[in-house]
Amino acid sequence: MGRFIVRRLIGMVVVLFAISVITFLIFNVIPNGDPAERLGGHNVSKTQLIAIRHQWGFDRSIPVQYLKTMQNIFNGDLISYSNHINVIDEIWHDIPHTLSLAIGAAIMWMVFAVALGVFSAMRVGKFSDRLLTVLSLIGISMPVFWVGALMNYYLGFKAGIFPNGGYVNLTDDPVQWAYHLIMPWTALSILFIGVYSRVLRSNILDTVNEDFVRTARAKGISERQVLVRHVLRNSLIPIVSLWGLDFGAVIGGGAILTEKVFNLQGVGQYAADSISALDVPPVLTITIFGAFFIVLLNTLVDITYAWLDPRIRPT
Amino acid sequence: MSDRLLDIRDLKVSFNTEDGVVRAVDGVSLAVEPGQVLAVVGESGSGKSVTVMTVLGLTRSPNANFEGSVTYQGTDLVTASDEELRRVRGAEIAMIFQDPMASLDPVYKIGDQIAEQILAHEDVSKEAAHTRAIELLDRVGIPRARDRVDAYPHEFSGGMRQRVMIAMALSCSPSVLIADEPTTALDVTIQAQILKELDGLRAATDAGIILVTHDLGVVADIADRVLVMYGGRVVEEGTLDEIFYDPQHPYTWGLLGSIPRLDRGRADRLPAIPGLPPSLLSPPEGCHFRPRCPHAFDKCTQVPPLEERSGNPGHRDRCWLDVEAKRTRRIVGDQIGLAAEVTA
Repeated sequence: MGRFIVRRLIGMVVVLFAISVITFLIFNVIPNGDPAERLGGHNVSKTQLIAIRHQWGFDRSIPVQYLKTMQNIFNGDLISYSNHINVIDEIWHDIPHTLSLAIGAAIMWMVFAVALGVFSAMRVGKFSDRLLTVLSLIGISMPVFWVGALMNYYLGFKAGIFPNGGYVNLTDDPVQWAYHLIMPWTALSILFIGVYSRVLRSNILDTVNEDFVRTARAKGISERQVLVRHVLRNSLIPIVSLWGLDFGAVIGGGAILTEKVFNLQGVGQYAADSISALDVPPVLTITIFGAFFIVLLNTLVDITYAWLDPRIRPT
Repeated sequence: MSDRLLDIRDLKVSFNTEDGVVRAVDGVSLAVEPGQVLAVVGESGSGKSVTVMTVLGLTRSPNANFEGSVTYQGTDLVTASDEELRRVRGAEIAMIFQDPMASLDPVYKIGDQIAEQILAHEDVSKEAAHTRAIELLDRVGIPRARDRVDAYPHEFSGGMRQRVMIAMALSCSPSVLIADEPTTALDVTIQAQILKELDGLRAATDAGIILVTHDLGVVADIADRVLVMYGGRVVEEGTLDEIFYDPQHPYTWGLLGSIPRLDRGRADRLPAIPGLPPSLLSPPEGCHFRPRCPHAFDKCTQVPPLEERSGNPGHRDRCWLDVEAKRTRRIVGDQIGLAAEVTA
């Protein structure tokens, strides 16, 4: 197990390096990307541009620029080109917003998906099962920016039940924090609830026909124990790994639209704003940040998977 | 006949399917006595597995219909409540299944799976159940049981897993043990070991054993009585000797004739029963074996009752042929077989 984790950590470093290089190169080859012009403003003279280029190191070779940028990221000295803010400070400030959204939504979609998946599997073929099939398909088909906008308009603006976006710190006021996040959590969860409940339903329907479930029943344990210990336990294994991967993906950029629609000022919204301003330092940092979470959660999923399913445990 | 542990009377099981009603079991009666091994023999689809699974209510489903009774200690298990059934399952009547590779839950340790059954029926501590699991594994011949109790099913071979299933079945000292094709998925050397295990168990515990199999070789090793099933019905029942040396039903002849034998000439093809098992959706009228039987005549369109015809008490069959005709017709060459199919 120790060797497995070390191997995964080495792999993680390699992946992050590759991603940072690719992102850096992309921003160097796209047109209209000269950061000196943005730094200088509208009425900048040629000599000023040259001075800016020299001062920020844009006249150095690309590998040197890359190394300098990476050094700044890790020292926390990276400065945004468009508004001269320290990028790392800004991301640190935004992380709680994104984590609040992602963790709350992940819990919400898992709870609802398990409840609906189990319910659907137990009433397979009946009206309620068919209704849930249709509802989950609708849920999967609705894009978050559309659902989010509808919720904002009808529940927020028109009915006034929920606040129209914004973020309140958990430490300032936990009730307002949750109150402001209910709509974003819901909007982000709908798709995942649809997918997960369908996957869980079909896993359960496959598992109930397994021989070991018949064995469990023949042992004389109660039907509830058969369902929870044997059917559900085995059906949940693939769902848990899916959950970890999606959670990583949501933190690593999957919540950009949700953050933007509900004005949560999280990392995703910062990324969206920086991309439209062609502001390389935050985009690069956030890309690495997102990749880090995706790779990290992948590793955690593999470890959890081995713990959940003894058959794939490295021995 | 006096002390019947388990008494199945005229059991009928049918399933509603999209294509119609499948009559899987059509009036089966059998009884199990202490210390006796009753073999239920038949090919796939003969209803033998459905019969024994119904004993533990494992065939219950919204599509299943039941008639008749399965009496255990005064309780009819066909109509028993879920809770009554749960108390019998594993504790009084235990079951061993066909495929040991798939019959254990892959995510729990062997010991925990055995302990789960003990804890379901007895008010003992987890530690006590765990200790008993080790003893049981030791008893069924798992080496280093103390270490192996914490192993997972995938770390065991098929034969070892079947031993674990036997250990689990024995955990609450059941008075009836049902073994549904316990050796079918195992290779021949392991088969013999598992059968020896079952045989030793019958001697040691005085449990009644129902052994479901399609393999007459297995039957010859340990059975006391044999029940031959075909198309959801019992076509013949008798002692081991009666079935092997004085078989009355042509289907039994066919089964006996198709056992590979070392003393048969190499040039001979292994005889097989012609045709296919009947569809239980629309079974043939009368005797279910009629379409495959070279000895069938007009009377066979009526269902023959299961009666004593050979003159031996307790030896019953469902064939209209008279006894003398049976005793001459079943001889093919110098052995018992189903005439039409023996080719040189």
